[in-house]
Amino acid sequence: MNSNLIASSATSDKIQARELTASEIEEIEHEKTLYPDKQAVGLEALKIVQKHQGWVSDESLLAISRYLDIPVSELEGVATFFNLVFRRPVGKHVMLFCDSVSCWIMGCENIRAHISQKLGIDYGETTADGEFTLLPVPCLGDCDRAPVMMVDENQHRNLTAEKVDAIIQQYRNNEPGEQGS
Amino acid sequence: MDKPLTKNIDMSRPPLEIAQYQAAGGYESIRKIAAGLAPADVLQQVKDSGLKGRGGAGFPTGLKWSFVPMGDNAPREKYLVVNADEMEPGTFKDRLLMEGDPHLLIEGMIIAAYTIQASKAYIFLRGEYIRAEHALKKAIAEARAEGLLGSNILNTGYSLEIVLHTSAGRYICGEETALLNALEGKRANPRAKPPFPQVSGLWGKPTIVNNVETLCNLPGIISHGVTWYQGLGKGVDHGTKLFGVSGRVRSPGCWELPFGTTIREVIEEHAGGMQDGYQLKAFLPGGGSTDFLLPEHLDLALDYDVIGKAGSRLATGTMILLDDRTCPVGMVGNLMRFFSHESCGFCTPCRDGLPWIEQIFVDLEEGRGSEKDIGILEDHLGYLGPGRTFCALAPGAMAPLGSALRHFRQEFEDHLSSKGCPYTRH
Ligand SMILES: Cc1cc2nc3c(=O)[nH]c(=O)nc-3n(C[C@H](O)[C@H](O)[C@H](O)COP(=O)(O)O)c2cc1C
Ligand code: SF4
Ligand code: FES
Repeated sequence: MNSNLIASSATSDKIQARELTASEIEEIEHEKTLYPDKQAVGLEALKIVQKHQGWVSDESLLAISRYLDIPVSELEGVATFFNLVFRRPVGKHVMLFCDSVSCWIMGCENIRAHISQKLGIDYGETTADGEFTLLPVPCLGDCDRAPVMMVDENQHRNLTAEKVDAIIQQYRNNEPGEQGS
Repeated sequence: MDKPLTKNIDMSRPPLEIAQYQAAGGYESIRKIAAGLAPADVLQQVKDSGLKGRGGAGFPTGLKWSFVPMGDNAPREKYLVVNADEMEPGTFKDRLLMEGDPHLLIEGMIIAAYTIQASKAYIFLRGEYIRAEHALKKAIAEARAEGLLGSNILNTGYSLEIVLHTSAGRYICGEETALLNALEGKRANPRAKPPFPQVSGLWGKPTIVNNVETLCNLPGIISHGVTWYQGLGKGVDHGTKLFGVSGRVRSPGCWELPFGTTIREVIEEHAGGMQDGYQLKAFLPGGGSTDFLLPEHLDLALDYDVIGKAGSRLATGTMILLDDRTCPVGMVGNLMRFFSHESCGFCTPCRDGLPWIEQIFVDLEEGRGSEKDIGILEDHLGYLGPGRTFCALAPGAMAPLGSALRHFRQEFEDHLSSKGCPYTRH
């Protein structure tokens, strides 16, 4: 789905592993207590790094590989498999727009066109000011309140063009609302 | 009418905390177990209840559990895994259960884990389900503080830890063996069966994978007994089920209803019927991987076999309605794009066939389709049908496609003659 968010290769010799931060290391160490095997911790580490850095750079990938002693190719294979591991930088806010069947029936394509026009971006792109990245996502499990999108950790339902305008303004004003709502 | 799955759910307030949950009869099943129910006793009750898996396939839960090796010679480590990946298009039931009453799932997990004597339980939760994640984290901590999780639960000598895992996102992770690979931190390709997970699953240990809603049925069965449970349904299958409706109805939503309820009652009474100016043309009865049914099927009872005999599947029980102003070809095209993007790429017919199908739908939409293309779609029904691919994703994709080609042949033809979609989007 996010193939255009995947960097070409992480194995270049020129790329240096960065230092993992203290909080990243602390969280990775915690995951080690939950899974009996380092490969499972590898996927968790990718998610942890993304949570802190917004995405998984080649430098981060190398850092995890070194820290957990997992081959880079193996980590890269996993990182590119999953939709929610970003291998390219994303904007400050990530919009996950549901393009699945119930939302489609309820006219999500018009809303999506409105967002693209308003922000000047297509799927997989980030606004010039680095504020928003727009990505398609399969059914968000709120089909009875379609059309639906998620911005960062918040779900927005029964979308209309006016509602979308208000949401965008809200994030531009740094007022994201209640977490996980 | 008893609603054991949703009785505590009121989405206008936060879910019940453990004290309120227990005051409402919660965790009674665990106290019953502690008072002297052996794993074999619990297994027998679950078998007798007739509970079938709510993840899609409808496999009898007790039978599934009975394949797990038990006794002194069984491996010391065994796992219970909750399938909370919910990514089937048009499906929105497990989200409600987890956000609305997380303790019910945890209670169900303790019952299942105890029955198979699992040493650890993982919840494989869809990454986007942030609110469910917060609710479950809080509930797990509360249950732990209350001695319902951790070591020597209520002096039974049985110990259990629950780990909440959030998925990094891919529909195929919902397939139970692919899910195990994802939990192990690998690419989520399905595994060959046998060996079945019940014998060799997570990290090679005996593992049971159950759907969220399946597990939420267990507290009622153990607390109130098999007779009570079987009295809930009004059809062939036992208990209640979450049924949902999305599409152009007056009040879309999700309701707990007994098996045997008619489709008409769900759509017309609970969902309020079609919106003004729209008529029901067809519907997928149980999510994106099921065959279309028609208005003539509205009086069928929602039971696994009844829907099966009508040529479709009850599956997740969340219906997607197609109205007369929405293009059936466009709807199926949307589903085909989903399946094509989510194919894990492991086997050739699915990896190559689905993108081809997706492209044909784009061509039909943009007026480049030909009679030959419709023939190619029909050929794929065979290439990607049951038994031809490594997992059920591809046959699932063929269900809406094959039934659409049967029921909406004219609409496909219309896309050829009008050189594009004859419907105007609204
Ligand atoms: C492609 C695919 C996706 C699936 N997704 C899910 C899912 O999200 N949730 C689920 O419970 N079952 C899903 N299933 C079904 C599971 O493989 C499995 O049958 C189910 O989790 C078993 O639980 P149950 O016996 O409690 O129904 C999926 C199956 C396939 C083939
Ligand atoms: S049928 Fe499709 S999803 Fe299933 S294993 Fe084959 S390629 Fe993967
Ligand atoms: S189809 Fe969009 S939320 Fe389900």
